[in-house]
Amino acid sequence: MSTPTELSEPAAPGTRGSHKTAVRQAKPGRVKRLSKRDKVVLGIMVGIPTLIQLAFVWIPTLLSVLLSFARWNGLSLSDIRAAGMANYTYAFTDNPAFWPAVQHNILWLLFLAVVATPLGLLLAVLLDQQIRGSKIYQSIFFVPVMLSLALVGIIWQLFYQKDNGLLNFLLGTAGTPQAVDWFGNSSVNIWAALIAATWRHAGYVMILYLAGLKGVDASLKEAASLDGANATQTFFRIVFPAMAPINIVIVVITIIESLRAFDVVWVINKGTNGLELISALVITYLIGEGQSIGIGSAFAVILLVISLVPITIYLSRTFRKEKF
Amino acid sequence: MSASTTARRARPAKPGAGRSRPHYGTHLFLTVMAVMWMVPLGWALFTALRPKADTDKYGYFSLGGAFNFNNFAQAWTQGGFPRYFMNSLIITVPTIILVLLFSSMMAFAVSRVSWKFNVTLLIMFTAGNLLPPQVLATPLFEMFKLIQLPYWFSDSGSLLNTYISVIIANTAFQIGFCTFVLSNYMKALSADLTEAALVDGAGIWRQYVSIIMPLCRPAIAALATLELIFIYNDYFWPLLFIQSGDRLPVTTAINNLQGTFLSNYNLLAAGATITVVPTLIIYIVLQRHFVAGLTLGSSKG
Repeated sequence: MSTPTELSEPAAPGTRGSHKTAVRQAKPGRVKRLSKRDKVVLGIMVGIPTLIQLAFVWIPTLLSVLLSFARWNGLSLSDIRAAGMANYTYAFTDNPAFWPAVQHNILWLLFLAVVATPLGLLLAVLLDQQIRGSKIYQSIFFVPVMLSLALVGIIWQLFYQKDNGLLNFLLGTAGTPQAVDWFGNSSVNIWAALIAATWRHAGYVMILYLAGLKGVDASLKEAASLDGANATQTFFRIVFPAMAPINIVIVVITIIESLRAFDVVWVINKGTNGLELISALVITYLIGEGQSIGIGSAFAVILLVISLVPITIYLSRTFRKEKF
Repeated sequence: MSASTTARRARPAKPGAGRSRPHYGTHLFLTVMAVMWMVPLGWALFTALRPKADTDKYGYFSLGGAFNFNNFAQAWTQGGFPRYFMNSLIITVPTIILVLLFSSMMAFAVSRVSWKFNVTLLIMFTAGNLLPPQVLATPLFEMFKLIQLPYWFSDSGSLLNTYISVIIANTAFQIGFCTFVLSNYMKALSADLTEAALVDGAGIWRQYVSIIMPLCRPAIAALATLELIFIYNDYFWPLLFIQSGDRLPVTTAINNLQGTFLSNYNLLAAGATITVVPTLIIYIVLQRHFVAGLTLGSSKG
């Protein structure tokens, strides 16, 4: 079997040094230097992960789109019937849970964007100063990030309970008729759930920004303060813009987290009674009573289309400069 | 940072002003926030430590009665925790190994070898991980239901209700993220490393196993820790695929405890606290890797 170098440069007259530069200039042709065995190895290294990714992520996503135009009870493949736009018509006009779900998803996004994310940023900025006990504070704010959202729902359930929850004791309403069932009352439970979600999200944002702040060149800040800028001006004019790459990541994480929101509401009441979310509707139609794959898939496609917006923004920012 | 530099700068002029003086407000705010942050978990732990009889007698919002670990012992056996922790282990360990194996191979191929569909594939992998799982849940569920398996292998006759279904879904979903992170890491390694190996006649596999992978050890450690938490905390895929309660991992099973420990909040709190313990241990032992993993994924955005 020929060696890789022979393949790329049959003549190979140069010294080793010049050979190397030649190789690097001929970048697009690098693959030619691979032996047949290497190509097989490479094919396996790329092929298996790609097959897994296609078979269990992208083909199902595509099938969601197809099934959203079909009527199917999920039992036998031969029962699948074309349904045209019927599922979407149903979703948009007849389903009583759809518009509340859209509103809740938007509210989720706004709350994370206006409350949780800025809070995480504020914590990061405060903790980035060399204050005493910074590490201890960081650890406390970070603990919820380690917990699953399902567990977050259960822990807050104990806090929010109507008769024995801490919140109602602190408000002095526990045991009285004024006591609020924070997760059960459909006019407040979305806010209660959002506070529970913030508990986790703010710590996550804090950790990312702490890393981002460490990456900002200290001389930039020195220069700004020498020029007479105060701490607030320095932050908003110098530090925050300098963290542009991490800001994009945070924006994308915030949007995607609000679209993915599912576990907390499913733990509380399976996404009903004031806690409707698009993601929960998908699953309700899949494993709930009155199973209808077509309608569930229509909701999945709506979720997909919305998700593609932040995904596209992120990918185009990330891979813009990539050229091989 | 800027506040502390100005403070330091001001110090020679005003020796009396302590270094920590500008931070009083900050400390007050952070302390209040920290206390609020600890309240939900603290309340769960407080409730879990008290016997049900005492909370019934004195009320949940009181200090009366005994404090002990009886609820934990009872929740442990009655809630079936040994079984659930075992299930978590059976699902988590193979998933992490598969994810890191496949994603490191993929990352190697797209970052160290130049070929036509490099970037296309990397974009596909990264995008896949960003999708909400509910988008592909329904077809995946139906696919797993349609895959016929012998009954000695799976009592449902299909992939549903097996650990493998959860392992597959988690692996497919996490490969994208790890490939993205590892390919960035590998790109940052000098090209000369593999060029030199190539000149010495080392094949692709040798370059991957004995040159690149050993250098990626920090990234692999960070990702392994991160994935350990991600998979342990995964609630959704087992909820979807596993019907038998005794095959659920801890995170998904805990939801059923609400039914098992009906209105016994002391036991429920104990169960929730037990579920937190493994994550806290990982946090204390591997905190550095975990934070490194989180920031690795975002720094190269």
